[in-house]
Amino acid sequence: MSFINLLWVLLLGSLLGLELIGKVPPTLHTPLMSGANAISGITMLAALTAIIKSEPGSPLLIIGSISLGFALFNVVGGFLVTDRMLAMFSRKPNKKK
Amino acid sequence: MEFSSIINFSLELLAVLLLALGIKGLSKVRSAREANILAAFAMLISVVGLLLSNYLGESGIPDQSWKWIIIGSLVGSLFGAILAKKVPMTSMPETVALFNGFGGMSSLLVAVGMSLFDPSKLEGNLKLVTNISIAVSVFVGAITFSGSIAAMAKLQGWLSTPGWTQLKARHFVNIIFGVISLIAFVYLLKGNPSSIWLLVTSSTLLGIGVTLPIGGADMPVVISLLNSYSGIAAAAAGFVVGSQLLIVAGAMVGAAGLILTQVMCKGMNRSLISVLFGGSLSAQSTASSGSREYTNITSCSVEECALTLEAANKVIIVPGYGLAVAQAQHTLREVTKKLEQNGIEVVYAIHPVAGRMPGHMNVLLAEADVPYEQLKEMDVVNPDFPATDVVLVLGANDVVNPQAKNDSSSPLYGMPVLDVQEARTVFVIKRGMSAGYSGIKNDLFDLPNTSMVFGDAKKVLNDLIGELKDLGVGEK
Repeated sequence: MSFINLLWVLLLGSLLGLELIGKVPPTLHTPLMSGANAISGITMLAALTAIIKSEPGSPLLIIGSISLGFALFNVVGGFLVTDRMLAMFSRKPNKKK
Repeated sequence: MEFSSIINFSLELLAVLLLALGIKGLSKVRSAREANILAAFAMLISVVGLLLSNYLGESGIPDQSWKWIIIGSLVGSLFGAILAKKVPMTSMPETVALFNGFGGMSSLLVAVGMSLFDPSKLEGNLKLVTNISIAVSVFVGAITFSGSIAAMAKLQGWLSTPGWTQLKARHFVNIIFGVISLIAFVYLLKGNPSSIWLLVTSSTLLGIGVTLPIGGADMPVVISLLNSYSGIAAAAAGFVVGSQLLIVAGAMVGAAGLILTQVMCKGMNRSLISVLFGGSLSAQSTASSGSREYTNITSCSVEECALTLEAANKVIIVPGYGLAVAQAQHTLREVTKKLEQNGIEVVYAIHPVAGRMPGHMNVLLAEADVPYEQLKEMDVVNPDFPATDVVLVLGANDVVNPQAKNDSSSPLYGMPVLDVQEARTVFVIKRGMSAGYSGIKNDLFDLPNTSMVFGDAKKVLNDLIGELKDLGVGEK
């Protein structure tokens, strides 16, 4: 995968991100921020790759593992906390049914 | 194409699609919860895809790699899950800041590790590209980390806004940190690996230096912006390891975070530039309008408040962060239940930045079982104030300051506010006469139709329940 191709991917990804959020009701600002924050923990893929590609006995194994820990803290915590917030909104309509 | 790469590509494509749908769905009330689960599922797919394709690939995954993968994942997930379950809803802003900071830390660590112990031994142009990506990842990752931690410490009250951070010299200091980072950046590209430590240090200090002077009221915008940074850091890490999925997802979060930041700024009538470089609002205001004294404060008892409420037809509640701090949302709900049982119309007026983050107040009230339909946004509720008998302001301050409309010299001028002064009677429940976040005097308190009820929000509301009971309200 050449560098230029990756730049294209970056550009298209950014445009997609700009388009995805148009009008967000203020109610959802906090959950959306928290959810997007969880997704940014996708760096765990970089940490995983580093661990897998690492040479035997290299310090990269440990650094990668710590990095993976930080990323998963972000991902798991982020999604759970977002779900906790959103659960409060969706509780109402269910009761009414 | 090999079988393992086909699996990887198809799972990556699926993950990107689901992530995009997830972000999209998170911006609508109806689909938000499912969208969050969808996004989490997409992350899982991406991990499975990566592991599977490497496992099936020619070199496989060595046993020792498995060991470190499992250790890292278990520890990180465990602590993340515990924190997410335990943290109270009121501390949501600082929690998001903490998570965000750790995401930045992750990008930073991977980039440093890949820089010092790169297993691929690249040469020439490819080496340069990798080095640029590493430098960007370290720079943005370190700023995200230190900035988020500083933001969290400020929101928690561990750090105040010291006076010296408001000096003009801070820009000079930050520029120096920036220049040092740039120098380290160039050295790193020239193939001087130890300069990475200089880059880590200077960008960490830059993150703190930029975040520290920003006032508490603007913190949500900063967190949202840092969230966008962490997306950029992830995308940069994607260049380091050559992962398209990482780049797409990082870019999406980065761009979406930027839009969200913009939306928040609009709600507070602040520009991003003034938030980042304008310093704390309170520091400017103490010089201008903050020194003015209150002249016409009317204070009243809970009993009077209850009597007025009983005679009302329409009541609007204006909740603010003070309510959340006092943990009084449940008590408030009991008060409004009583009023409703008496046939009084009750509505909650939610300012776009009520609480400490946009949407934070909605979450807190939803936690206290307030029906979703009773929460009205500012533009919807503002025309209703003239026809309202009683407004209860609970722990809100700046968002009900008429100065924002009338006084062009006020730092608040132009901020959208709730027109509570249009109502017949306004009760402001407040602990004391201290100023709000912005540190600006509130003209509302001086108006003849405003009465102050001094006391802790929870205690006042509890007393109010007692008084209403004595009056026979809500006992039909």
